[in-house]
Amino acid sequence: MKVEYNIPPPPDQKVADPTAFSGIVIEGVSKSFGPKQVLTETDLLINKGETLVVIGRSGEGKSVLLKHIVRLLEPDAGRIWVEGEEISEMEMSELMEMRKKFGFLFQGAALFDSMNVCKNVGLMLEEHSGWSMDKIKDRACECLALVGLTDSDDKLPSELSGGMKKRAALARAIVMEPEYILYDEPTTGLDPITGDAINDLIIKLQKELGVTSIIVTHDMASAFKVADRMAMLSRGKIVFTGTVDEVRNTDHPMVRQFIEGNSQGPLGAF
Amino acid sequence: MERFFAKIGNYVIAGLSNAGHGTMLLRAIFRETPHIWKMRREVLVQMHVVLIGSMPLVIVTSVFVGAVTAVQAVYQMQALVPMKFLGVMISKTVFIELGPVLMALVVGSRLCAFYAAELGTMKVTEQLDAMNIMAIDPVRYLAMPRFWASVLMIPVVTIFADAVAVFGGYTISVMTLDISSGVFIEGLQLFYKHSDILGGLIKSVVFGGIIALSGIFNGFHTQGGAEGVGHSTMTAVVASCLSVLVADYFLAIILFQIIFQK
Repeated sequence: MKVEYNIPPPPDQKVADPTAFSGIVIEGVSKSFGPKQVLTETDLLINKGETLVVIGRSGEGKSVLLKHIVRLLEPDAGRIWVEGEEISEMEMSELMEMRKKFGFLFQGAALFDSMNVCKNVGLMLEEHSGWSMDKIKDRACECLALVGLTDSDDKLPSELSGGMKKRAALARAIVMEPEYILYDEPTTGLDPITGDAINDLIIKLQKELGVTSIIVTHDMASAFKVADRMAMLSRGKIVFTGTVDEVRNTDHPMVRQFIEGNSQGPLGAF
Repeated sequence: MERFFAKIGNYVIAGLSNAGHGTMLLRAIFRETPHIWKMRREVLVQMHVVLIGSMPLVIVTSVFVGAVTAVQAVYQMQALVPMKFLGVMISKTVFIELGPVLMALVVGSRLCAFYAAELGTMKVTEQLDAMNIMAIDPVRYLAMPRFWASVLMIPVVTIFADAVAVFGGYTISVMTLDISSGVFIEGLQLFYKHSDILGGLIKSVVFGGIIALSGIFNGFHTQGGAEGVGHSTMTAVVASCLSVLVADYFLAIILFQIIFQK
């Protein structure tokens, strides 16, 4: 027997004037890959200085949404503003300048195979800072120390464990002191202790550097620990946004099913 | 029948699209070329890959190319052409055609596969995305050094291969074909033209560009995982070999029927 669920309408995630909004505005973004529609007129606001966690099932388009924010992917429709600037309108040189404000932690770390950890972390400074190599190395070591990788600077990525790779990638993401850090599944594939250490780092960076963090995850323990606000993505749309307490206490059937890890519910099992 | 033509049409569209994107990549490489001094370390690393890494392959290939050319030339010249022309026949064949083309096919395939697999793996493991996020243009950091390393080093490899092939032909002629050393060397000097070597070198410069562009383009456009890398590597090598052979024909007309004919 088919169960009917009372699903509330999606939250209003629009602003009257995106150019006057200091954070990030995602408005009506749609994206498909071949016949598969991944995002469908998705709206989302990210306030400056907050830590927003985007939750949702695997394959729902969370990473795709994240990549649109830095124009690694172009939307089929819709627009995105960062600090009032519409990124799809930007020339490549403007886009490159804007990207310097971002750090991105990839799900698979995406460290450069041919470079050692220190070079990986310092590469962005080499390209953009004009600093001496000694100063760059000092800064790279400082960032590596921040993520607890003090003795690995001369190792190649292939010599690191999964957790070490993630931490090295995080050191690379913060080396230019970005205003925004995007995390794609930061704790996936890590043991609980390393995962929690990554969570602590995310909180520390938010408190000490005041960065705006957008975290894509389906690790609910991590989400509840680091989030200021959470948004749930399902079937290509943001279906719910709220604070951690609001998420814990909501009776939204999709959110409840997801946070309880229940195979029965409006999200289905497969 | 309709499906057959639809398939042909799709191939043509895909081919034209790739040609357009390849041209845009080439334009981007030239646009980034003023930064070559800043990227000199990477250019030198890539030159090392082309030159030193290819040496065993170049030596073995060239020795046997020279040897086979000598054996077959002697067979064809028997009772028709005096053996004093053996040297010139080998040298002209090697300098104008076999040296540049075989190096472009043999060394070029190695290099093209290396570029496509390396850059393709970087693409599927999001390393290219990471580079973009870091506001580092992959064309400047990866494509431009590889392109110029290939364009500059394939001619050097070709000159070396020419010398080794002629030496191979000389050795086989003298040791096994009853040709005296003096006759062979005298033959080398007959009808010698600088344009023979120059023409071969111009060809190898163009081939170097084709090889690099095919490897880089297919690497950058890799999709999927390991299978995608394998597919793009195979496509890169096939496209490179075919393009070299087609370009060889047009270069032969331009160089030897128009420019050096005057």
